[in-house]
Amino acid sequence: MADTTIFSLPAAVGILSSAVRLATPYLFAAVGEAIAQSSGVLNLGVDGIMLLGAFASFFVTLSTGSVWLGVLAAMVVGLLMGLLMSVISVTFKAEQGISGIGLYMFGLGLSSLLFKVTVGTVKTVTGFQTVKIPILGDIPVLGEILFQQSLPVYGAFLVVPLAWWFLDRTTWGLKIKAVGHTPAAADSLGVSVVRVRYAGVCLGAVLAGLAGASLSLAMVNLFQENLTAGMGFIAVALVYFGGWRPVTIMGGALLFSFMNALQLWMQVLGVKIPSELAVMLPYVLTIAVLAVGPSPAREPTALNRPFERGEH
Amino acid sequence: MSSPRAVETSPPGRRRTFEWKDLAFRVGLPVLAMLIAMLIGAAMLLLLKADALQAYAALVAGVFGSVYGFTQSLVKATPLLLVGLGICISFRASVINIGGEGQIIAGALMATWFSLAFREWPGWLLLPATMTMGFFAGAAWGFIPGILKARLRVNEILSTVMMNAIGVQLMNFLLRGPLIDPAGVRAGTFLHQSESLPEQVWLPRLVPQTLLHAGAVIAVVLAIAVYIFLWRTTIGYRIRAVGLNREASRCSGINVPLYQVLSLTLAGGFAGLAGVVEVIGVQHRLLEGITSGYGFSGIVAALFGGLHPLGAIPASWLFGSLLVGADKMQRAVQVPSALIDTVLGLVVMFVVGSTLLSRRRAARRALTAPEN
Repeated sequence: MADTTIFSLPAAVGILSSAVRLATPYLFAAVGEAIAQSSGVLNLGVDGIMLLGAFASFFVTLSTGSVWLGVLAAMVVGLLMGLLMSVISVTFKAEQGISGIGLYMFGLGLSSLLFKVTVGTVKTVTGFQTVKIPILGDIPVLGEILFQQSLPVYGAFLVVPLAWWFLDRTTWGLKIKAVGHTPAAADSLGVSVVRVRYAGVCLGAVLAGLAGASLSLAMVNLFQENLTAGMGFIAVALVYFGGWRPVTIMGGALLFSFMNALQLWMQVLGVKIPSELAVMLPYVLTIAVLAVGPSPAREPTALNRPFERGEH
Repeated sequence: MSSPRAVETSPPGRRRTFEWKDLAFRVGLPVLAMLIAMLIGAAMLLLLKADALQAYAALVAGVFGSVYGFTQSLVKATPLLLVGLGICISFRASVINIGGEGQIIAGALMATWFSLAFREWPGWLLLPATMTMGFFAGAAWGFIPGILKARLRVNEILSTVMMNAIGVQLMNFLLRGPLIDPAGVRAGTFLHQSESLPEQVWLPRLVPQTLLHAGAVIAVVLAIAVYIFLWRTTIGYRIRAVGLNREASRCSGINVPLYQVLSLTLAGGFAGLAGVVEVIGVQHRLLEGITSGYGFSGIVAALFGGLHPLGAIPASWLFGSLLVGADKMQRAVQVPSALIDTVLGLVVMFVVGSTLLSRRRAARRALTAPEN
């Protein structure tokens, strides 16, 4: 690729195709977090859930050889972590931001501990393979970017419309939003705030588990300590960025992963910019967009507020 | 965000008489949370077929088995306490500062650059100047999310996390180029570290043959100063008022955004100071991984100490000991030190979870207390 420049067509296709692929874990995690936040719970432990999900799916796939069992393991782990978060922040009404940091530290520590005890060294697994979608995958340029990806990538982009439909068009989704905006009103109409918040947090956590699995089984095919390196926190930022709407969250995730892909390809193509400064770019961009981005008007009014019957 | 998010760790409203039962309750709850977390840790060890008793024995022996181990627990407690003091200030204002890591890095970077740039200065001038500059660098790292919160309503939890990532990349960049040790370049090792800092800026060692440095004393003095600041000055009072009830504070004429920015800036300054003492007290140069996760574990220490600067002193020592013991445990009985990170995560959740119990107790007492 000596004569390939960043502005050539192959490079552009490569960057966009990587961007779509790199968006996968962010999509799962951020859409899940949007559901949890819509119910009024700020779950900052996404990164910890992702780490445990990534480890569980990696370990199960390594020992059984089945990626699907791995995915299932990640979902179960996600559910358990969601339950833990719910017990602390909903039942015990703890400050959500801090409980989430606790959950993060727990997930980070436990995934490292289990990895060191059970595997210990770098091992790779056979993860999801690229699946070329018939006909669509043959479209020049577009097909290569969008339809020659692995199953989790397709899954992540499917989760976006599903989440929109769930939140805006189903009774459960509306209950979640009601509980996130005016828990007292929902409560007086007989909706159990506690139960709905448990559901929202757990559903979000299962998706965070899937985010971890997509990372270890579809992107890097291995596990190491702190594999996510803060991806879960970016996912939380993307929720604010996207104003709690799955489709705009997808836009944010793609923008972020595009910056990442661009940065990776610039290094591959030998563009002279210090890689550390390039890695820094997406974070600076995120702060900038948060600063000038959507008004917090759509923020669930009861976000970060434990519900106490009889208050207000 | 406009919703009030008071971090309540003590019953609202000060009672006039000191009650031993109160103190026992407030100390007892976190200790109980700790014990439960350690028990869960032991259960996990058993599941992993490791001897829990042996592991915890190694942990205790790691701290109390030698003078070096004990002083080492104080060395680790020092940055925890400094970060924790900042956390006490910002959490009391209901500003959630997750940016300790980035602020530590900012302080450490500034201390490294400053002391190398002015290496001809005598120690009596260079040492305080370096510490002040490091404090200001950390403060700047906290000021940015603070002003973004106050002016543009950017959630500080998110911006401080982003500032962490930016800090790490900035340090990595500087340690690979502008600040890299010229000796390492000449030797061809290209280690990602700065050159050794001038000796006159090194903090004096308190016990020979150990790493215990004067920073530990400075941290304790600052803890007392922060206590006086928060409970005996008008500015401190306003910071706490903003945290307890934003609306009421605004209505009584307190400039709420100003005190939010101030609390986050001060929190950054103290974390920056933690970075400074790591550089000039322990390593005498800047290395990658200088933060050792203190930005997060400092939050645990502060919460465990009831967000009280004086409570943070024993809490920091406790967690400093755990970190030292965990290293020893890893070497002696091959139980990964990550176990302690796991336990710390549980401690955080249990401690914030248990505030429900203290709130209920306070409410009960408010109902039954005689009018006075």
